[in-house]
Amino acid sequence: MKTLIVNGFVIDPSQNLESKKDILIEGKKIQGIYPVGEAPSADRTIDASDCIVIPGLVDLHTHLREPGFEYKETIASGTMAAVKGGFTTVCCMPNTKPSNDSESVTEFIMDKARKEGACTVYPIGAVTRGQKGEELTELDAMSKSGCIAFSDDGMPVTNSLIMRRALEYSKIFNVPIIAHCEDPFLAEGGSVNEGFYSTTVGLKGIPKAAEEIMVARDIILCELTGGKLHIAHVSSGGSVRIIREAKARGIAVTAETCPHYFSLTDERLTTYDTNLKVNPPVRTQEDVDAIKEGLRDGTLDIIATDHAPHHSDDKNREFDTAAFGISGLETAFALSLKLVKDGLIDLNYLIKLMCLRPSLIAGISKGTLQPGADADLAIINTEKEYTVDSAKFLSKGKNSPFHSWQLTGKIEHTIAMGKLYNWD
Amino acid sequence: MIKSKDLLGIKELEVEEIYHILETAAGFKDVLKRDIKKVPALRGKTVANLFFEPSTRTRTSFELAAKRLSADVINISVPNSSVVKGETLKDTALTIQALGAEIVIIRHTSAGVPHFLSRESGLSVVNAGDGTNEHPTQALLDAFTIQSHKKKFKGLIVAIVGDIAHSRVARSNIYALIKLGATVRIICPPTLMPSQIEKLNIEVYDSLEKGIKGADVVMALRLQLERQNKGFLPSLDEYFNLYGLTTGKMRLAKSDAIVMHPGPMNRGVEIESKVADGPQSVILEQVTNGLAVRMAILYLLSGVKS
Amino acid sequence: MSKLILDSSDVNRAIRRMAHEIIEKNKGSANICLVGIQKGGVILAKRLAAQIEIIEDTAIEVGTLDITFYRDDLNTKENQPVVNKTDIPCIISNKTLVLVDDVLFTGRSIRAAMDALIDYGRPAYIQLAVLIDRGHRELPIRADYAGKNIPTAFNDLIEVSISEEPDNDRVVIINGQ
Repeated sequence: MKTLIVNGFVIDPSQNLESKKDILIEGKKIQGIYPVGEAPSADRTIDASDCIVIPGLVDLHTHLREPGFEYKETIASGTMAAVKGGFTTVCCMPNTKPSNDSESVTEFIMDKARKEGACTVYPIGAVTRGQKGEELTELDAMSKSGCIAFSDDGMPVTNSLIMRRALEYSKIFNVPIIAHCEDPFLAEGGSVNEGFYSTTVGLKGIPKAAEEIMVARDIILCELTGGKLHIAHVSSGGSVRIIREAKARGIAVTAETCPHYFSLTDERLTTYDTNLKVNPPVRTQEDVDAIKEGLRDGTLDIIATDHAPHHSDDKNREFDTAAFGISGLETAFALSLKLVKDGLIDLNYLIKLMCLRPSLIAGISKGTLQPGADADLAIINTEKEYTVDSAKFLSKGKNSPFHSWQLTGKIEHTIAMGKLYNWD
Repeated sequence: MIKSKDLLGIKELEVEEIYHILETAAGFKDVLKRDIKKVPALRGKTVANLFFEPSTRTRTSFELAAKRLSADVINISVPNSSVVKGETLKDTALTIQALGAEIVIIRHTSAGVPHFLSRESGLSVVNAGDGTNEHPTQALLDAFTIQSHKKKFKGLIVAIVGDIAHSRVARSNIYALIKLGATVRIICPPTLMPSQIEKLNIEVYDSLEKGIKGADVVMALRLQLERQNKGFLPSLDEYFNLYGLTTGKMRLAKSDAIVMHPGPMNRGVEIESKVADGPQSVILEQVTNGLAVRMAILYLLSGVKS
Repeated sequence: MSKLILDSSDVNRAIRRMAHEIIEKNKGSANICLVGIQKGGVILAKRLAAQIEIIEDTAIEVGTLDITFYRDDLNTKENQPVVNKTDIPCIISNKTLVLVDDVLFTGRSIRAAMDALIDYGRPAYIQLAVLIDRGHRELPIRADYAGKNIPTAFNDLIEVSISEEPDNDRVVIINGQ
């Protein structure tokens, strides 16, 4: 089966490509890129006029919830949400039930993804058994089964010695340790950013210091060990500053932020909308500005979604006891495109943030349109406006604070491993 | 005129509405002075008392207020633990509605629950305390009490002493008193000071001596005794030494200052018995006024058509 | 369309006559308390009391009564009526209370007023004095003393403006549509 994408504006930072081209796909691979009108004929043709054609987006931070929380999301529903959002690769976090702390769970996920997944899934293994922060997992066996990184996401590795060991031991396999930076004592019981709004809505706050202290600690341990550290979901301006300083000193740390951290502030909490409840919490305008600057100047390497789908029973309840998380795969690109529309970064750089760099950090051969690469593409109309309707999400998690937002940038088609998805 | 069918917090009230509630409460205070302390204004209405947190005073006050208005009262006390696993909050609300209640009075450990109930049901919701957010009826009865003694709010200095961080009473009082034009000072150890509260245009002190100076009203807050174990304070003795309201400290306030406390008091922790029972204390009056204010609120809300 | 039905002198005459009737019916004014219903009856009660005081040369107790909490239409109103002051100056048990209102219409206010009064005690008698009786009773209630009976259509409006100064009194009927 040959598919030809014609008239699209192709952007692929991996080969410095930014012009109108036709792309031929054969089976699961990209066959070649041609000047417009010069490609050989194919079985079907997609007209990508008015659209950009980019490598499928790569998410380094997804919660697929399977095994154990299938009522929130499954590998099937989560990957469908991914392709709807233009993602063709998702790296799923290990906080499932049981947690992905052994090769058998990794194999289960890999197997399930091959059978039911709409796109490529790479598991992220737990750093410690049961994510309890006590004993290291078998990184060798899990890497061989498919884990591309290790993290106790959702649970911080509180014990500095364990974190040190993880950063040291992971060097054998050259895999990143993805750090969920949160001091559990400072954060205890909190559900929103600590500040003026936590005071006036009466919800317990999580200070920025809870994140920044652990960012600093992990960077210091990274320097000590020479391990590969990736900081997950940076939410505070202070973290950006600490990472910037570390990078200036040549420490090999990478970091991500998520669309909600540059799209939302805690000012919105006055409605007690639990869809705003996320960990780390959305913070202040000052932090939003610092995050944007961090993305612009390269302090923050990538944008990830931290897609955290939840059932309405877990969200439609008291704010204190509602679950943390935002269902983010289906809004991530349009929210990030706003950075381009606002003139902060250019489109090419955004594609780097969402395709190429996440692939490089994960050490996977994705995020590129090079001939021979996997046929993972997104075809996007960057001018088309639409209204977010979370009820229509393909994710089982309808928990989006962006419901009813007017966004620009519509995914028209996604091709994942050669399979074409057309979106209305 | 009351605009909303709910009383969620003082934040949501306009100053005219606060005055209207206070005026109406004055009418009910007269009723409470009669031999027959009951009026038929809410005959045939059902008021549900939904308490997810133990409370005797507020629940009793609301219950009596509703009964004195001739409403029927359902009391539902739900210990928090059983709610976590069992019936969801939403189901509880729908159940109360199905029982035919028009007004629900809710107290909950979690901030925002009254707002949630209001959204999820057609009931008139009265917030009787939600987490550390608000306790609007307490602030209204406090305002009523202050008004009856001081006749005005503008130019008054009101000093609130105690665990501000965990106090919904303090928050509601701050919002109300600021709206009414008083100067609000809060006095507490920095460990019990909520983040950036000074942005509410209040004065912040960590010294009782300084904060109480020249105050017209001194309000002591209840200190939850378990705060000591959580590292907010080294000991209750030290707290009393620094922040306990004593006759000596009261001398720094204006000579005609009144002393208030939302109750229940920890005598010898936040307030000395001599002050609590002394001539400046209006603490029992607050309880009586609470009844009049809650009658006013139930009466006024029952007239708002949603 | 509006029409003047009583002017100042008419009102004064009516008040004088009613004062005499009250004294006559009660064989003096010893045990009487006048209670004006908020808001229309309050000034009329004061005027009646002043008149009785002139005739009897003794002080008459006057109170005001707010009937808001006793109304039977609280459920149908758009917003709760404003609560006015109730001030009953004496212990009403065994007293003769004369309820005073400006206009007697359906009788529902008087029912509410009687319920309210009884919550203050057990008067020996409750009597009713009104300046205008316009008919259309919906309850078995009648006035003991009426300044003037005026036949009206149900939709008509009666506007009574009287003040503590007797010179500017007037009662107007406005035809309803």
